[in-house]
Amino acid sequence: MSEVKKQQINIATGDRPVLPEGAKEIPVYIMGKKYMVPETITIQKAIEYAGYKFIRACGCRGGICGACGTVYRIYGDYRLNFGLACQTVVQENMYIAQIPFYPANRARYDINNTSATADTIMALYPEVLKCVGCNTCSKACPMDIDVMGYINAAMRGDIAKVAKLSFDCIQCGLCSSRCPAQIQHYHVAQLCRRLYGKYLVPKDPYLPERTKQIEEGKYEKMLNELKKLPLEELKKRYVEREMEPATHDGTWMPQETEYL
Amino acid sequence: MGYTPEMKELIKKVEATRPARVDKARNGEMFPPLTLEQREEVLSKFHPDYKSEGRRAVKVGPSKGEVYPDEFADVLEAHSRINPDIDIESLVKYETDVLVIGGGGAGSSAALLAQEQGCKVIIATKLRHGDANTVMAEGGIQGATRKPDSPYYHYLDVMGGGHFTNNPDLVAALTNDAPLVIRWLEDLGMMFDKDENGNLKTRHGGGTCRKRMHSAGDMTGSEIMRVLRDEVRNRCDDIEVLEFSPAVEIVLDENGQAAGAVLYNMETEEFFVVKAKAVIIATGGYGRLHIQGFATTNHYGATADGLVIGYRAGVPFAFMHSTQYHPTGAAFPEQNIGLLITEKVRGLGANLLNIKGEQFVFEREPRDVESSCIIRECIERGLGIVTPTGRVGVWLDSPMIDMLEGPGTVEKELPAKYIQFKRYNIDISKEPMLVFPTLHYQNGGLKINDSAETNIPGLYVAGEASGGVHGENRLMGNSLLDITVFGRRAGRNAGQYVKGKEIKIGKLSLEHIRKYEKELKEAGIETDRQSPMLLPDYTRPEIKKAKITHIVW
Repeated sequence: MSEVKKQQINIATGDRPVLPEGAKEIPVYIMGKKYMVPETITIQKAIEYAGYKFIRACGCRGGICGACGTVYRIYGDYRLNFGLACQTVVQENMYIAQIPFYPANRARYDINNTSATADTIMALYPEVLKCVGCNTCSKACPMDIDVMGYINAAMRGDIAKVAKLSFDCIQCGLCSSRCPAQIQHYHVAQLCRRLYGKYLVPKDPYLPERTKQIEEGKYEKMLNELKKLPLEELKKRYVEREMEPATHDGTWMPQETEYL
Repeated sequence: MGYTPEMKELIKKVEATRPARVDKARNGEMFPPLTLEQREEVLSKFHPDYKSEGRRAVKVGPSKGEVYPDEFADVLEAHSRINPDIDIESLVKYETDVLVIGGGGAGSSAALLAQEQGCKVIIATKLRHGDANTVMAEGGIQGATRKPDSPYYHYLDVMGGGHFTNNPDLVAALTNDAPLVIRWLEDLGMMFDKDENGNLKTRHGGGTCRKRMHSAGDMTGSEIMRVLRDEVRNRCDDIEVLEFSPAVEIVLDENGQAAGAVLYNMETEEFFVVKAKAVIIATGGYGRLHIQGFATTNHYGATADGLVIGYRAGVPFAFMHSTQYHPTGAAFPEQNIGLLITEKVRGLGANLLNIKGEQFVFEREPRDVESSCIIRECIERGLGIVTPTGRVGVWLDSPMIDMLEGPGTVEKELPAKYIQFKRYNIDISKEPMLVFPTLHYQNGGLKINDSAETNIPGLYVAGEASGGVHGENRLMGNSLLDITVFGRRAGRNAGQYVKGKEIKIGKLSLEHIRKYEKELKEAGIETDRQSPMLLPDYTRPEIKKAKITHIVW
């Protein structure tokens, strides 16, 4: 107990950020308008601190949905910076603008009638060939994705590579907003990921057998038996059930097989 | 940024005990799990649900008398946003077969299946299509897809996790349909973690007896949402998505059957009605009510809207007294307080450690037990680590994973977490994370049967908004399963209901709102609260004070 500092422990604070001791207020500019906000908070919470209530540009608040794409410059520095408002900490004299929506055409397709080949990319997104190799897309990406890398793979028809490189994409659209060739990167990537998952990755070999067993009603009888069990018997079966080891060579089978 | 010097000193204790712990893990030696009696004991003493303060019996509605957290009772004991005497027929702007309220995993699954029955569908969503808790789910989706496993064992696991209170029909439906859902998602092109031969990779989660957690990195929910959303977009001829248009009331007809909903355009402030032959509520959870003041893993729109409007329409709740606190929410850095750190980290072998670097709990207990043990360790035993902003937590030793499964595993299996901590100069393959329980999931919801039907003809509920399948505690990986299994069942059944017989919608009615307002009055509830809440209010008190009047221009 002596190792724990005797200070107030904060648990019930809802969404309110707790500021460290000595945190001072710094100026940030929300669409050019100056507000004083405490340092250490994120851009998203700074905008709320200033008094704005989000309808757009706010989703998961946890860096995974892509709603809060933000562009900013620091006063005196010509360079453009990009990030997610919910994950980027404010800096003094930050000039912020959000991009909650950017028009990006998405080509419609029927996944059951589309081939995982270069022809599909050329037919649906021919503009990928106009890539000038500037890499602005990768620089704008808040998820550290090699965006130009996957667009180049798309140009070559290497759908597997597009899928693997683009996996972390949260579809925030910052890449497309900056592209001089007017490519709609994240739609190309989404198409490739689905084609890869459906056509280029082998299907699980056992799944068809298991789904057939279920569709034939194999498990209905034993599930009905479980549904009717008295509580004590159910608890007994729960406590006595065999536990698969966390690590094994892949051949483990339980001793009780009548319910498999 | 990054860990403070004091915290780095404490991390050395973790590093000191690590080699011995890694050896133990390799030999399959786990910290002893609790017995059923020990589970009950730690829950009753340390789980926030068992506290008597902060809860009250709700005074109105079909589940009157049930004891719920104050924050939830507040939105139930509140007025409708619309006057029940309005001329509702004049507000009808859309007519369709099936109206899906909510654009997350459950709503999108339902829309796809309803469309496959030949229906026209409208999805009404409060934020963007895909802004939902689905994308926050990280670690996996359960399914008895492998030989050593079967829906029988999955059933036992679900029941045990829920303390045997779950609705048996719902559990049987969940576990039976699970492999079918995995197959469906595979067919739609979801990128599951697989080996080079296409075998689905599976792991344990909390409370599982077989390895049946399927995943897509640590972005499983995100991947499911991306795929379902993309497929909905491909079927735009039949499925229309209305974004930024939450439902504020269910509309019934004079015969008490579902007839649509009143929607609100968040941006133009118009109210309008979608008339429909069947309605599916798929609005998700209530994390942004901040139960007991906890930070939450939930998205911005998780304010229990669907629960409120379903309740007013006459649907009772099941298990709304039970709240799930995820054991491992981030406790550092301050910018990410409450952020979800997937159970997959523990599934991959990472230990939970107190300030001395010692284990204190079996890492794969069901979540409510796990959270209670962490709270006990920090609060009662005082063995937690306190941060400069007064947060307390325990270590989650992620560097162990690379030692157990090979270098690069952390980055490969947990890409989203890796980058979220890297932004703050913490490399989770080399330094442990600091965690504490965070508000995560509502175990209960509107009551349904195994066809996703409610007691109101034509009204269905699917996903987190429904109650009964998880009992008093949900296991990891069963939420992504819940939304897809019951989303599909709701969509299919609503579609068959609409196409099966001639559904005639009678005169539109808000009589149920009138009745609810009367109940509020008779219960003596005097309040300006209105619900559904729609969005949480994070405005500072100083700003509120300066809003001396409202200008309408």
